[in-house]
Amino acid sequence: MRYDLFMAGFGGQGVLLAGNLLSYGALIEEKNVSFLPAYGVEKRGGAAMCTVVIANGEVGSPVIGRPSFCVYLNQTSFERYGAKVKDGGIAIINSSLVDDSGWQRSDLEVIRIPMNRIAMDLGDARMVNMVAAGAYAARSGAVALESLEQALKSVLPERNHRFIPANMLAIRAGAAAITP
Amino acid sequence: MQQVFKRPVSLKDVQTHFCPGCNHGTIHRLVAEAMDEFGVRERTIGVASVGCSVFLYGYFDVDVVEAPHGRAAAVATGVKRARPDSFVFTYQGDGDLAAIGTAEIIHAANRGEDITVIFVNNTTYGMTGGQMAPTTLVGQKTSTSPYGREHAKDGSPIRMAELLAQLGGVAFSARVAVNTSRNLMDAKKQIKKAFRYQVEGKGFSFIEALSTCPTAWGVTPIQANERVGRELIEYFPLGIFKDTADWNPQSSPTAPVEQPGALPFPEFMHEI
Amino acid sequence: MSQRLFVKGNEAVAMAAIEAGCRYYFGYPITPQSDIPEYLSRELPKLNGEFIQAESEVAAINMLLGASATGVRAMTSSSSPGISLKQEGISYMAGSELPGVIVNISRSGPGLGGIDASQADYWQSVKGGGHGGYHIVVLAPASIQEMYDLTMLAFDLADIYRTPVMVLADSVVGQMKEALLPNPRPVTTLPEKGWAVRGRKEGTPQMIVKSLFLGDGELEAHNWKLHGKYDVMREKECRQELFLTDDAELIITAFGSVARIAKTAILMAREAGMKVGLLRPITLFPFPAQAFKEVTGRCKKILDIELNNGQMVEDVRLSVARDAEVFFYGRPPGAGSLPVPEELFEQIIKHY
Repeated sequence: MRYDLFMAGFGGQGVLLAGNLLSYGALIEEKNVSFLPAYGVEKRGGAAMCTVVIANGEVGSPVIGRPSFCVYLNQTSFERYGAKVKDGGIAIINSSLVDDSGWQRSDLEVIRIPMNRIAMDLGDARMVNMVAAGAYAARSGAVALESLEQALKSVLPERNHRFIPANMLAIRAGAAAITP
Repeated sequence: MQQVFKRPVSLKDVQTHFCPGCNHGTIHRLVAEAMDEFGVRERTIGVASVGCSVFLYGYFDVDVVEAPHGRAAAVATGVKRARPDSFVFTYQGDGDLAAIGTAEIIHAANRGEDITVIFVNNTTYGMTGGQMAPTTLVGQKTSTSPYGREHAKDGSPIRMAELLAQLGGVAFSARVAVNTSRNLMDAKKQIKKAFRYQVEGKGFSFIEALSTCPTAWGVTPIQANERVGRELIEYFPLGIFKDTADWNPQSSPTAPVEQPGALPFPEFMHEI
Repeated sequence: MSQRLFVKGNEAVAMAAIEAGCRYYFGYPITPQSDIPEYLSRELPKLNGEFIQAESEVAAINMLLGASATGVRAMTSSSSPGISLKQEGISYMAGSELPGVIVNISRSGPGLGGIDASQADYWQSVKGGGHGGYHIVVLAPASIQEMYDLTMLAFDLADIYRTPVMVLADSVVGQMKEALLPNPRPVTTLPEKGWAVRGRKEGTPQMIVKSLFLGDGELEAHNWKLHGKYDVMREKECRQELFLTDDAELIITAFGSVARIAKTAILMAREAGMKVGLLRPITLFPFPAQAFKEVTGRCKKILDIELNNGQMVEDVRLSVARDAEVFFYGRPPGAGSLPVPEELFEQIIKHY
């Protein structure tokens, strides 16, 4: 199997961390991964995006023109990159910040998740990226949630390991938002 | 019978290619004597520059790396960092060190690289045929300043020994000349001191040696020597511009306060 | 088996340098390669090595020259504008037959250009970027594993042939993260560095590292010697990847990051029933001319894809069988010009 993901938001939303987390999770599952980051001009507040490819065999191109799976965390990235999703693909939208009314993509499966609200209900709006990662993992089946839990230990610096349980709650909440 | 004068063992028994009246041979000898005195020949790595001094390996009986034009201080940095036990010196002319190699010399000095730099200043580009150098005196005619160097157009000659003395990494900076026997004796003393500083791991040591170029200057060897005493020393005063001998890094976290202008050599005064 | 790590390409280069025994690094900051000096500034002091942030690219390459002249393994890294500045030193190192590793995580130009991925330094890298008519070995990794493996190989080739070796990549391979198996340094028989300057001990000959040869015929002989080495490299050191070329009716050739994108396009073509393969040069100098000759003995159509306006394609044209057709598709580098697999697939359809 081969999974690809394009995730975009603004700097500070943790897009790159989420991409890293999913990549590590896949690595733990003995899969091959490429993680290609891109920044806007400013590291914080500018655009942040990444492309992740997970494959059992060779990854091939780390650059994906029309990803089959896209996650949009803010309005700007949705407007700028909404057209990227491959025909018949899947888009996960952070409906707390993105208004997609009037989007003419009837071919897509669009999943709207109020990620900021979920994160805030769990006590920290900064966990939006974890909600997104959980939602992607659950819908795509690219990575198991257990692998993400293990991956958090590698992705987070040691001093932040105390936040792993809270992050796992956010990941599971994101996953739960997928399965009705 | 006691032999009182002999060729330093660090110097090869060959004739130099230098023009009659050129001071390179004399300065080579002083450097070789210092090498002998400290017994560092077997661990010396010389860095040759581009100019008349490029044939360093032809005269010094030591291992030599040839640097691109102006880059001797950077090459020496690489050599010394890779082989900290070696004794590393560069030998550079004024075009090489004070024009195309200005960045390299300033930063090697500022880092306090544990190397010794012999800077030979004859106020011209000798090997390329006597063009204007950064050290050419105002009014001096060269093949590229046929009307004489103009301050307004070409700036003024750079005093490297003074300039480098201001940098924190420099342990020793002095200007010497070999135009008279008295100056030559002084030069010998300062070169040895510069060597000793590296041997003792004190940091960057710098010797600016005023020199002649009778060929480019269009004068006889004797006239060239006279010009050093008459014109060069007037603009480029001899002396020590920095000496950290008495500086105790334990008691003083910062570099010693520099005194303005040249300090006279301790034992000789120069009125030529 | 050692554990797979997940690292950036730039970090893989730095890790490989340390594994290869390199303890001396000299560099100047420039995007997008600063992870390399950052990593080595942290790690080399722990290994009694030396890291110097030089005052300029020119100084950095000359510090490399000096360190290398003493026989140690040393490296520098930069990106395109910085590599232009280093060309003086590279020419001197080539002339003085000094080993040394130079990493170019290239960016778009000319001039200040931009920081986006670029393959526009191909000519500068393989044709002798400085004066005097020399070559250096140029290796073009396309994955994080190759960033690691080829950097280690670079040190060996540098020592074996007494030549500067360049690792030429771009920000895709430099900034991307992938799994890395940090293989131990391969066992290689390396020549003694008897030529190095270490101080002339009594009874040993004087060592001189130089590129100046003024005697009648000396420089010509030296140049013949250098070019003799290049011929040996052409014979022994060509490396390439062949992917699905056996039955191919169209062969794509590309190097580095673009070859990765092309590979996915090739798989799209295969799914559509088109017999397309890939010939990816791994050594850009020596150029794997023989491999091109062989594949075009059977497959008569080659499509060269580059992130520039057409540079490697000149070497491809010189290498293919006489009756082969060579097509070119390139995008000059800059923001947004990195081609995607779908775009290359269209090119495949066009030329198939």
